[in-house]
Amino acid sequence: MESLDLHKITVRELNQFLHKELPGKGVKKLEILNPDGVHSIAAGMDTEVDIDIQGHGGYYVGGMNKHANITVHGNVGWGVAENMMSGTVRVKGFASSAAGASGHGGTLIIEGDTSLRCGISMKGIDIVVGGSIGNFSGFMAQAGRMVICGDAGDGLGDSMYEAVFYVRGNIKSLGADAQIEPMTDADYAAVQELLNRAGFKHDPKEFKRVAGAKKLYNWNADANQEY
Amino acid sequence: MSKKLVLEESAGFNQKVIEYVHRASATGLYEIRGMGAKRQLPSFDDLVFLAGSASRYPLEGYREKCTTTTVLGTRFAKKPIELAIPITVAGMSFGALSGRVKEALGRAATEMGTSTTTGDGGMTPEERQSSKTLVYQCLPSRYGFNPDDLRKADAIELVIGQGAKPGGGGMLLGQKVTKRVAGMRTLPVGVDQRSACRHPDWTGPDDLAIKVAELREITDWEKPIYIKVGATRTFNDVKLAVHAGADVIVVDGMQGGTAATQTVFIEHIGIPTLAALRQAVDALEDMNMRGKVQLIVSGGIRTGADVAKALAMGADAVAIGQGVLLSLGCNSSSYVQNGQHIDATADYNALGTAPGFCHHCQTGKCPVGVTTQDEILEQRLEPLVGAKRLKNYLKTLNMELTTVARACGKSNVHHLEKEDLVALTLEAAAMAKIPLAGTNWIPGVSPF
Repeated sequence: MESLDLHKITVRELNQFLHKELPGKGVKKLEILNPDGVHSIAAGMDTEVDIDIQGHGGYYVGGMNKHANITVHGNVGWGVAENMMSGTVRVKGFASSAAGASGHGGTLIIEGDTSLRCGISMKGIDIVVGGSIGNFSGFMAQAGRMVICGDAGDGLGDSMYEAVFYVRGNIKSLGADAQIEPMTDADYAAVQELLNRAGFKHDPKEFKRVAGAKKLYNWNADANQEY
Repeated sequence: MSKKLVLEESAGFNQKVIEYVHRASATGLYEIRGMGAKRQLPSFDDLVFLAGSASRYPLEGYREKCTTTTVLGTRFAKKPIELAIPITVAGMSFGALSGRVKEALGRAATEMGTSTTTGDGGMTPEERQSSKTLVYQCLPSRYGFNPDDLRKADAIELVIGQGAKPGGGGMLLGQKVTKRVAGMRTLPVGVDQRSACRHPDWTGPDDLAIKVAELREITDWEKPIYIKVGATRTFNDVKLAVHAGADVIVVDGMQGGTAATQTVFIEHIGIPTLAALRQAVDALEDMNMRGKVQLIVSGGIRTGADVAKALAMGADAVAIGQGVLLSLGCNSSSYVQNGQHIDATADYNALGTAPGFCHHCQTGKCPVGVTTQDEILEQRLEPLVGAKRLKNYLKTLNMELTTVARACGKSNVHHLEKEDLVALTLEAAAMAKIPLAGTNWIPGVSPF
């Protein structure tokens, strides 16, 4: 397996290798050593490859990822897998704010907890969090699914559109226009499928469904403070 | 004998204010409209040039060479942008504008050797194909934002704010959120779309620096990165943008337009372009970054004289939005179909307005087919006709710019300088820090 050591090369050299040289080399798996919280590790990937980051990442690990399967054997800073299009990013530890922000596709798995604004502006990504998520998560979430095995903080799903969240634990409060809805068989199946993808073992029947009430889709003078 | 009717209008509660109160009372919603501030503001009109004289030697107006080449993104980008003229097309979204308009903008800009810019909602194939140089905006909403288009772009503009609505997010009312627009933005068809006002994955200036670095990493440090701010605390914002690693800073003054925003934003938030430009230049000079970080100014730029004054005050280029739309026929009484002018007055009247006064972009019912997504109305703008008109407009501005520069003795428009200008009003003198005409007085700087 190819190893790239961030004690020996810069993150710029790393990313330029990943973008420009890796695609033609036929490498299927590589590891990144000594990440030491560096930002933008493996950002802008456009190649089908398994990447193991052996340690903690900084901001924007796997940012705008396409195709790659990235595993972080540690914690990450803000915006992990932000604007991801496809592939998978798995964080074995904890993630800071804005995990999976504006993601269009692929799967983001966080085995620990995440901080504020997880799944903000998500646009089709699937996010599975083994622990709990912070306040204001799922703000303006447009599409995609988020499974939270722990608790959710204040203002979950504020102004959300068509995304759907499944929460196993407590929800401190819902944001404007977010509501708890009954689970259907399709919801149970979706939760099971996402838990399987993440490798988490929980009973889908323990989850609640949160979705947009769609009352703020068009201007409404009687909802004056919601705008 | 009949009694004489005496009508005395209140200065505070005039007809306009009465109409505002009545409308608010009837609807319970604030007014949303398009275009920019309509109030009188200190502007480039309040400056004039001191051209060649006994002490300054003018260049011959028609024949002597006057360079307009403009290079943007020389600080960090491996591939800076070189434009033939310092006049660019400002960011405007597909959604606010039709695909045909985006095509027309691209065609005209390409023929003039300048750039166009995407907007909220992402990049359309029409504008990418027709634009030789295309700037790709990264906005708070991230609608349609993706790495493939990012790599196709020639530069990236990270938008923090817009002059018409600093502190506010974008807006596109349901009548313009058609199937195609909604698909590009991952939104339900017909929703009254209100964009976020803050970016989802960074907050303060230190985070912004990391975000800029990420965009550079994704694009292998090739593309210039612009940071656009709506004009408010411009001196500080420009310094922070430089700190964050911008190659180019775009400052959009309060006269800047919009396709739809609350009127209260348009008229009451932000500072005039004139004041913002001076603050931006002060900030760059304070950091010794003039010439290293390029400055684009926008917000109410209309004429070649405006462009020349902006450059003389220290801008490297300007960006134009409303002027560009007007050149395509916005607020014209007619539109062109197959070479014939067809009267559109009745359609303006149906919107409750008239040519020359229309700011109804938010309705999507643009009588001349510019700011619409309606399949029938958008046909009123023929891309080739629009491109020809816009090319003419840009050409005229550039000719005015160079003729002014020559008169000031400059063989390069970028050699225009503050010393070429004087102010006609105290307000403009104070805001622009340019002496009042006939004096050496700059209020707050030098004695009368």
